[in-house]
Amino acid sequence: MSDRLSVRKTYKLFVGGAFPRSESGRSYEVRSADGRFLANAALASRKDARDAVVAARKAFPGWSGATAYNRGQVLYRVAEVLEGRRAQFVAELVDAEGLTPREAERVVDAAVDRWVWYAGWSDKLHQVRGSSNPVAGPYFDFSVPEPTGVVAVVAPASPLLGLVSVVAPVIVTGNTCVVVASERAPLPAITLAEVLATSDVPGGVVNVLTGRVAEIAPWLASHMDVNAIDLTGVGDPELATELEAAAAENLKRVVRPPEDEPDWAADPGLDRMTAFLEIKTVWHPVGT
Amino acid sequence: MTTTTSAPSLADVTASDAALRRFLHGLPGVDQVGAEARAATLATRSIKTTAKRFALDLAIRMVDLTTLEGQDTPGKVRALCAKAQRPDPTDPSCPPVAAVCVYGDLVPVAVEALRGSGIRVAAVATAFPSGRAPLEVKLADVRAAVEAGAEEIDMVIDRGAFLAGRYLAVHDEIVAVKEACGDAHLKVILETGELATYDNVKRASWLAMLAGADFVKTSTGKVSPAATLPVALVMLEAARDFRDRTGRRVGVKVAGGIRAAKDAIRYLVIVNETCGDDWLTPDAFRFGASSLLNDLLMQREKTVTGRYAGPDHFTLD
Repeated sequence: MSDRLSVRKTYKLFVGGAFPRSESGRSYEVRSADGRFLANAALASRKDARDAVVAARKAFPGWSGATAYNRGQVLYRVAEVLEGRRAQFVAELVDAEGLTPREAERVVDAAVDRWVWYAGWSDKLHQVRGSSNPVAGPYFDFSVPEPTGVVAVVAPASPLLGLVSVVAPVIVTGNTCVVVASERAPLPAITLAEVLATSDVPGGVVNVLTGRVAEIAPWLASHMDVNAIDLTGVGDPELATELEAAAAENLKRVVRPPEDEPDWAADPGLDRMTAFLEIKTVWHPVGT
Repeated sequence: MTTTTSAPSLADVTASDAALRRFLHGLPGVDQVGAEARAATLATRSIKTTAKRFALDLAIRMVDLTTLEGQDTPGKVRALCAKAQRPDPTDPSCPPVAAVCVYGDLVPVAVEALRGSGIRVAAVATAFPSGRAPLEVKLADVRAAVEAGAEEIDMVIDRGAFLAGRYLAVHDEIVAVKEACGDAHLKVILETGELATYDNVKRASWLAMLAGADFVKTSTGKVSPAATLPVALVMLEAARDFRDRTGRRVGVKVAGGIRAAKDAIRYLVIVNETCGDDWLTPDAFRFGASSLLNDLLMQREKTVTGRYAGPDHFTLD
């Protein structure tokens, strides 16, 4: 059976729970850390970004309206499926980042653990970020965090751990997102999309685009139906500034890119979740 | 030059039920596969940049902004009328729509709100949407709407009579309604979703045009399927043939299920390719729609500002 043809994969986008080709019909070559050809990935266009935002907006009422407990269960399920794909992720990280298999295993473990950690926050963040407020009047006054809406995420170079660390905190609170995967190493992002498609995450909650950040991100930053943008993966400071300016048009929440690539293995803290929350305060009259 | 059986004069075909049936059934049949393929091919036309800009503004000018719900209130109609005059309040260059379409009892509200704006008030009548009422009731419905100030009447045909083959009854009813309309324009709703075949659509179109309709309209919007591209193609071809034969232009209105600007542009392509560019005017083609207008405005904003627009920035209605 040595003359069996190998199955060459051409990766696609992940939009609205389906795997469409890029509307533009384009693709680009993905190469390993040492320059070997790995696969072709779809080269997303602005129209794919537009479609992804529509899908994310459509998914938002259902996902944000689900109970926090339910969202947590769905995300735990994702972690289970992630774990099942362990070998594939390890192989992809060995190729993409030139890690040893041992190092790659550690990164995959960390990514699964990160996902589980964020999943656990789904029904706990309210207690930490919400409050009941003492006011001078006959009111029961309380504040609760609510999801911002559709979040555009430019994923960092770290193709799996970095990706998980920016996507999980966005969706755990009920946001939906459009993720631009790492330009150089998009394959783990597509595999994560396959994981999401086969777990119980509703279509459109996470949409993954592969392609050039400089081409897609400006359309997301200026899009009037995107409520927030995470620029963590934007390496070029000039581009980051342009994107921030474009995002100001409809007062998007912006997470600016870090000075240096962060240490993704470190304790993430709550910042990435709280960055995409709105605080709703209710003044409820109480009897005298 | 010899003609085969000389075509009957159109005045004679409505003389009797038998003559009308002979005429309608003698119309060349519609090639279903061909019509669908033609519509699908035209739908792939790429309309970009300045042509798209033109098409979007034209489509806005062709919209009959419609609210036909049991829960309509005078307040909602007034809001709709405000939107009809200035669809995009942030952009004075945005054209107004063609008409506002409401139920008969809300016509006075719309007339008051649209006074002096040049936007026409359309009313659905004749026991819309089913059309199941005695003729006297239907005519009273029409007269009341016209007296209240409606300039356009959207009537429904008696689909039961049409499907049973009582063509003359349908014809005479349209004639009676046309008479009751006086100066108001009459749009005849065929409800193509209930007519089953393209041949029937074609026959119903001819029937309505022979009876004096100013417009033929696809659907009430209450039945699915509503307007489709092939149905619009068949109706436009009928309207074109009718004009060739009589010199009178009967407009076509598509209604129901058209929500995206892209779909609207596809209809405009079919109009242009079937009837010519002199048909690209609100006098000859209309869209019956409510949510379509917001998508048209969003696409228009995209062409103006260069960034994608969000639905949050337009009124819900």
